[in-house]
Amino acid sequence: MPAPYDLNDENVVVIIGSGAGGGTLGNELAQKGVDVLILEAGPRLDYTDFVNDEWDSFAQLAWRDKRATGGGWRVSKDFPNLPAWIVKAVGGTTTHWAGASLRFQDHEFKTLTNYGKIEGANLLDWPITLADLEPYYDRAEDKLGVTRTHGIEGLPDDNNFKVMKAGADELGYKECHTGRMAINSAERDGRMACQQTGFCFQGCKWGAKWSTLYTEIPKGEATGKLEVRPDSMVLKIEHDDSGKVTNVVYADKDGKLQSQKARVVCVACNSIESPRLLLNSASNTFRDGLANSSGQVGKNYMRHTTGSVYAVFDKKVHMYRGTTMAGIIRDEARNDPSRGFVGGYELETLSLGLPFMAAFLNPGDWGRSFTTALDHYDSMAGMWIVGEDMPQEQNAVKLHAELKDEHGMPIPDVWFTDHPNDVAMRNHAYQQGIALYHAVGATRTMPTPPYPSTHNLGTNRMSENPRDGVVNRHGQTHDIKNLFVSDGSQFTTGGAENPTLTIVTLALRQADYIAQEMGARNI
Amino acid sequence: MVTIYTGKPGLSRRELLKRGSAAGALFVISGSAVLLSATESWALETSALKPETMATLIQMARDIYPHDQVPDRYYAIAVKSHDEQAGKDPAHKELIENGIADLDRRSGVGGYTGLGWEEDRVAVLRQIETTPFFQTVRGGLVVSLYNQKEVWPIFGYEGESYSKGGYIKRGFDDIEWL
Ligand SMILES: Cc1cc2nc3c(=O)[nH]c(=O)nc-3n(C[C@H](O)[C@H](O)[C@H](O)COP(=O)(O)OP(=O)(O)OC[C@H]3O[C@@H](n4cnc5c(N)ncnc54)[C@H](O)[C@@H]3O)c2cc1C
Ligand code: SF4
Repeated sequence: MPAPYDLNDENVVVIIGSGAGGGTLGNELAQKGVDVLILEAGPRLDYTDFVNDEWDSFAQLAWRDKRATGGGWRVSKDFPNLPAWIVKAVGGTTTHWAGASLRFQDHEFKTLTNYGKIEGANLLDWPITLADLEPYYDRAEDKLGVTRTHGIEGLPDDNNFKVMKAGADELGYKECHTGRMAINSAERDGRMACQQTGFCFQGCKWGAKWSTLYTEIPKGEATGKLEVRPDSMVLKIEHDDSGKVTNVVYADKDGKLQSQKARVVCVACNSIESPRLLLNSASNTFRDGLANSSGQVGKNYMRHTTGSVYAVFDKKVHMYRGTTMAGIIRDEARNDPSRGFVGGYELETLSLGLPFMAAFLNPGDWGRSFTTALDHYDSMAGMWIVGEDMPQEQNAVKLHAELKDEHGMPIPDVWFTDHPNDVAMRNHAYQQGIALYHAVGATRTMPTPPYPSTHNLGTNRMSENPRDGVVNRHGQTHDIKNLFVSDGSQFTTGGAENPTLTIVTLALRQADYIAQEMGARNI
Repeated sequence: MVTIYTGKPGLSRRELLKRGSAAGALFVISGSAVLLSATESWALETSALKPETMATLIQMARDIYPHDQVPDRYYAIAVKSHDEQAGKDPAHKELIENGIADLDRRSGVGGYTGLGWEEDRVAVLRQIETTPFFQTVRGGLVVSLYNQKEVWPIFGYEGESYSKGGYIKRGFDDIEWL
């Protein structure tokens, strides 16, 4: 039933990327009767193809094309070609994601107003508010089946959560539960309940966790208005003399270049590839890249202030059994500058299998101090810190000056250095995590450095004034009316919350706007 | 509830050879340098590297990621790929042979494996930890050691769980001591 579109079809909306943003937008537009083609760089798998094995799954799904990285962050030294952990496959990173689905807080849409000017930070208020998004958040939560919303029951307490909860009680934290998760606690929307297999990061083989791969995309295809073309890596977006985009150039599964016409183009490649594509689409008219009159394309790269705390106990925990991230403490998410930093953070349960624990616990470390920690793998509990980081202009995705990929496209070079506010927040969170685990009898705690970025944000940010950012309040580029950005690169600032629910929410809102503007023949 | 282990207890020699070095003139050494028990001397069969080099590499692997409860054969499997790669790539062979020769030189008369205490061997490793040789060995090892399914039960990691129906009825919430 999926619609196949001709390369010369000028009426089709072309979405680049099939993840949280692109997959959702594609389905929404198709439901409204709009002709939609999603071009996706990666292959199409079925969820039954996923593997319960960390490295094999990484090889199956992760984006492994070469990337470069620099700046003061430790990831650039430990993983010089892997600044980010994201997916190249139909469904995008919603195949790997853990499912934590939180709304932004009101104050996080107005950081410049609420935090004030902060040296070295490029803070800006969003051009939209929580109130603007609330109806769409509602729809997004319903679509994803987020637990603890719409009367959906929470997931059950697993071992790792029970340790967190006991510690949270000791510390007097009030808001601690098994999370708002886009994972079925009971059968819903044709998908079964979580079976506690513990491989959420490797793709859910039961389909219990929401992913565009087996929700939005097949639903869109069923309308006969959506085609998903896998193994199609877009290299360039082209425009006419009037400055409207007209077509995209992509490498097909055989590496052959194809040109696909488009009425509207929506970029949803995640925050490293989206600016890379816009920058690589520079032309005589747009010498600094498409939609870049502000000079902000690729700038303000954010990745959340993260880190983990693992703790060893004198008794077994078996943290890897059960949902990977179904546990949260929200008490520190408020903005309370008396803690020595602006913004806030969430603490969420996290477990890694032995292979990833060895690779990420303290990258590069060796010797007994390291190995005695792993010796107690089955007596470990763990949590992840996710907090708001400061946008900084020099934290950026650039085109590499020399290195090119197999299609001749410059590889992305990802620069990142912590802001002092990020460091202060992380240290506070480490201290709290360590105290929490000691309160329940940990014999050893390990403040673990950030992993390659799983949350990538901000590189095509939303702004009221075209001077300050790349897109307007609908994700439409300030410079080109029929060019949109539909992923997390729109974020003006990052908030303390895991970003995907907000990416989906923005996509729902954008779909309404695109359909309306197409109907009015404005685009 | 108890942990259900799934891994097989150990690897047969045949299995090891399947994963280990490519077919070629295999050469078994015996004598003083052998760290492994006689029944595990297969670990020192090499096709490109010197057997002594392999023996030192195995000791070095254990000193980098020491787990006293993990038998030598898993360290041997973890470094075996260097022999294969050395067979294909002369530059790799040189990196490993020179690196080991350097380790021996720094360790005095008896060479690296002649140093009786782990502490003394680690002191030598600390001198070279920023070299490409050390980084290559360590970087490969962190995957090749901990990614062996046979090693996981030793650490209490149960691995794949889908085929057993997940942990929903197998202890996802069985913690009792809190
Ligand atoms: C291990 C892990 C756990 C996570 N857990 C959570 C969580 O619990 N909660 C949460 O909110 N978020 C989580 N995330 C983050 C979440 O997955 C992302 O925020 C989200 O998927 C981003 O959506 P996106 O649409 O921007 O990009 P993606 O979902 O990454 O989709 C982008 C797609 O575009 C494709 N693409 C890129 N370039 C091109 C091109 N040139 N041509 C064609 N296609 C292209 C890619 O192949 C990819 O499929 C997690 C991420 C990881 C890695
Ligand atoms: S723990 Fe639940 S959500 Fe995670 S992979 Fe298993 S069944 Fe899916």
